[in-house]
Amino acid sequence: MSLATSPTTRRPPERFERPGALRFLLYAGLVAFVVWGFSGSGLSAEKLVRGLPSLGSMLERMFRPSLDRIDRILESLLVTFQMAIAGCALGLVLSLPLAILATDGLSPHPVVRGLARGLIAFFRTVPDLVWALVFVIAVGLGPAAGVLAIMVDTIGFAGRFFAEAMEETDKGPREALSAMGARRMGVIFSAVVPDAMPSFVATSLFCLEKATRSSVVLGLVGAGGIGVELKVAFDLFDYDTAATIILVVFALVVLVEQAGAVLRRRII
Amino acid sequence: MIVAPDASAIRVTKLVKSFGPDRRIADGLDLAVARGEAVSIIGANGAGKSTLLRLLVGLVPPDDGEVHLLGAPVTRLKGRALAASRARVGFVFQKHNLVSRLSALSNVLHGVQARRAGPRTWHQALARREDREEAMACLDAVGLADLARQRVDSLSGGQSQRVAVARMLMQRPELVLADEPDASLDPRAGAEVMGLLARLSREKGLTLVFVSHHMAHAVAFADRVVGLAGGRVALDERAATSDPDRLAAFFDEPPPAPGDAVSASLPLQRIGAAS
Ligand SMILES: Nc1ncnc2c1ncn2[C@@H]1O[C@H](COP(=O)(O)OP(=O)(O)OP(=O)(O)O)[C@@H](O)[C@H]1O
Ligand SMILES: [Mg+2]
Repeated sequence: MSLATSPTTRRPPERFERPGALRFLLYAGLVAFVVWGFSGSGLSAEKLVRGLPSLGSMLERMFRPSLDRIDRILESLLVTFQMAIAGCALGLVLSLPLAILATDGLSPHPVVRGLARGLIAFFRTVPDLVWALVFVIAVGLGPAAGVLAIMVDTIGFAGRFFAEAMEETDKGPREALSAMGARRMGVIFSAVVPDAMPSFVATSLFCLEKATRSSVVLGLVGAGGIGVELKVAFDLFDYDTAATIILVVFALVVLVEQAGAVLRRRII
Repeated sequence: MIVAPDASAIRVTKLVKSFGPDRRIADGLDLAVARGEAVSIIGANGAGKSTLLRLLVGLVPPDDGEVHLLGAPVTRLKGRALAASRARVGFVFQKHNLVSRLSALSNVLHGVQARRAGPRTWHQALARREDREEAMACLDAVGLADLARQRVDSLSGGQSQRVAVARMLMQRPELVLADEPDASLDPRAGAEVMGLLARLSREKGLTLVFVSHHMAHAVAFADRVVGLAGGRVALDERAATSDPDRLAAFFDEPPPAPGDAVSASLPLQRIGAAS
């Protein structure tokens, strides 16, 4: 008689699923995991409070950045940026062939692909500071070590993203070229690379930003650039000079990031 | 060039291909196409027309049977030998499959990769002078010489498909395979592209095999109409004595061979005659 459906036949599902025993254990485990992480950090409220005055006095002395050594600072900032550019350029040029070997469907053999992927992952997972230490030992103190460290770091980053970009390219043009008997290199450089180009450019700009940031830190271990100045300033409690260095570094990184953002918007 | 042992451009013998147990695309399919002939292939969605064209050039390996293309046993070839065979076959796809970020001229130039490799075949800016000129002539043949510098993603569907035809010409093929070149185009552009393909093939003495869902095209632009159903050739008649309206009835008939999973599992679509 009634058009209304009996309320018992189609009850909506529960708003929240009741967690099963396994899921509950998983959540509990996750909380324990984070707590365990903090237990090793030695971080405590007491420590923070005790640290405040010395932080304060440092900030106070930083408050008036010193311009005494500004020309020397700008000079090493320039060297730092040069390191970033050179390392990035070398890294990008070497990334492309490695990425091709690591790309599904372009790599000549699955074993080669595995090796290339492994190498790229290794370059990426070892931190740039470690690479800098290695190259300082290999080629000595100075910017050359920094350039090589940035190069390897860039390969680890760009190699992966280049390969992903190429995997995502349109399969149609590739098939069209294969169907006419084109060689692998022909397919790659006439269809895949042009198609992936916007992505390549975006990745390259990210690499330059990343390289600029890391080139600052690399100096701390003696791999050239402004990091050395920063370390010396801190070691001599010369906080007003340190403040100047931090500010110019900040300016450079922001500049590079902004320029990168503008260029990316233009290209994509 | 390999001397053909027989006069046929395509000889398919007892071809078998399935994608899984329920998807038998070819079930002992036999087909021969003579040199210089123009053949249209019709059949329901999923009948295996595209797969057949891919099988012909070895883009898909068959389970059994043989394909001879211009005398070469494609199904037994690999690597360079297969590439050499493919080079003699021009392929036009439903989706034009051009490199969208490159100019029309660069895309046409790529056709030269059928006979030569290297950086000078990758982009018009790097190309040899005679190749650029030939590519330009191919664009001119499809009426697009004025758009040579335009990027392909700024062209209309019909223009793109004509660029694809120009790329195929650049390849200097002996045989042309076209998979629904008229499908994503409006009736007029579709008829134009089909007409262009048929005319150019006839002028250059090329063999043409094309798939179309437009019965009018299947009849008008071919010498012979072949219908696929149940993994076999279920219809084969002279285009001159064929008729678009009667061909539409081909899609109403139940699949001829029993135990034919492909066609049985897919509803046969009645496809109206093209405008
Ligand atoms: N690579 C593949 N893997 C699995 N199944 C496939 C593959 N390629 C095609 N098929 C299947 O084979 C059948 C035939 O496909 P095909 O594209 O050859 O049909 P078609 O006759 O060209 O159809 P349409 O008229 O829709 O273009 C379809 O059921 C399809 O899903
Ligand atoms: Mg198809």
